[in-house]
Amino acid sequence: MKGYFGPILALVWKDVLLETRTKDVVVSVLVFSLLSIVIFNFALDPSPQIVALVAPGILWVAFVFGGVLGLTRSFAQEADAGNLRGLMLAPVGRDAIFFGKMASNFLFMLLVEVLVFPLFAVLFNLSPSAPGLIPIALLATLGIVTVGTVFSAMASNTRTREVMLPLLFFPVSVPVIVAAVEASRAVLWDGSLADSARWIPLLAAYDAVFLVVGPFAFHLVLEE
Amino acid sequence: MSDDSQKQPAIEIAGLTKGFGRTAVLRGLSLRVDWGEVLTVLGPNGSGKTTLIKILATLARPDEGAVRVAGADLSRTGKYARSITGVVTHEPLMYGEMTGYENLKFVARMFALDDVDDRIASVANRLGITSRLDQRASTLSHGLQKRFSIARALLHDPPVLLMDEPDSGLDQEALSMLDDVVEAKKKSSGAVIMTTHNLERGLVVGDSLAILSSGRIVYHEPIDTDADLAREEYQRYVDAAR
Repeated sequence: MKGYFGPILALVWKDVLLETRTKDVVVSVLVFSLLSIVIFNFALDPSPQIVALVAPGILWVAFVFGGVLGLTRSFAQEADAGNLRGLMLAPVGRDAIFFGKMASNFLFMLLVEVLVFPLFAVLFNLSPSAPGLIPIALLATLGIVTVGTVFSAMASNTRTREVMLPLLFFPVSVPVIVAAVEASRAVLWDGSLADSARWIPLLAAYDAVFLVVGPFAFHLVLEE
Repeated sequence: MSDDSQKQPAIEIAGLTKGFGRTAVLRGLSLRVDWGEVLTVLGPNGSGKTTLIKILATLARPDEGAVRVAGADLSRTGKYARSITGVVTHEPLMYGEMTGYENLKFVARMFALDDVDDRIASVANRLGITSRLDQRASTLSHGLQKRFSIARALLHDPPVLLMDEPDSGLDQEALSMLDDVVEAKKKSSGAVIMTTHNLERGLVVGDSLAILSSGRIVYHEPIDTDADLAREEYQRYVDAAR
């Protein structure tokens, strides 16, 4: 197993090292997500009734749109200098490359979510402590980056990657976005996971399907 | 690598065909490279040299034909083939914001190598880049990036070396180091395929020379047979491609 996970960890190490130098992914996603939330806050009157209705949607729109931006940049650094070919020259399966990139994207997106949520809670008069949101965020983020990693690899070879990725990604990610928004609604409102329970299996099933399909699709994307 | 692998040709290609869309790039190409042999591949632009290297490096899949490296069928044993093959491509394959050392360390980790620092020190010394190891890749000149690219390909000490125009952008000192690398690989009974546009270098470095034109091998002879004939043939196909 060490042999399988070694290259995956190496990829994560490389992406984290590059991120500490360039701050390319986290900063752009963070700024975009924060701006989205602030603008929504100005655009809508954050009364309790409106917050209950729209806050979960705003939160996940900010995360997902920011996440797409991060996914685009994550693969751009591989494609631009031909480094994706460098990864493909290593004696590892294409699935290891997929899981390595996916793990990096997962870490970066989670980091942004952890940083953005307190501001979101303050702006929309919600409790900044919502432990019930943790499993939802973990499952939804995993689903988003799993699908996003495949499509960002696909879009990275096109000249219009910034447009192509959302076009490919959003139709497929609708179930995970809907489930994340609905599951978050009850947690954000009364802090209880009970009403969210029916959405959690959907998120888990979505993740399971794309964790199996993702590596195969990624392999096909890399084929020349 | 097993003894059985050493009994097989280093590289064996039969009926290799590859196209991109409607454009046929390789058309039924067959080739054999033995252990201890350096094959230089020449050809005009668009003749299929890079595609040939890509297929051997498992970066592209053939449409038809069989490709074996050390007896292993590439369509089934890609990971094994990559573990015994070092590849130098047109691109330096370096992350600009990482240092030379970090780039090589990343490659070593992807190849699951032991004694990483020793290996990096050894290849850096061979290619004269020891003093540049702590420099960010984006600040290195094209020639130095090329040296790192060659160091990258040598890091896991592969018996098979595939080099796509490794001489482009290299100064005289680096060319000499490249010659030493090729010579050392040959002496250790490795095999090298090197594409180049420089016929004279190809004649100096290689044991045999193949000319690729429109996806076909149109000339393949040992270099000591007749260098002048090789020159004439090459010029003829370059002129025809214009």
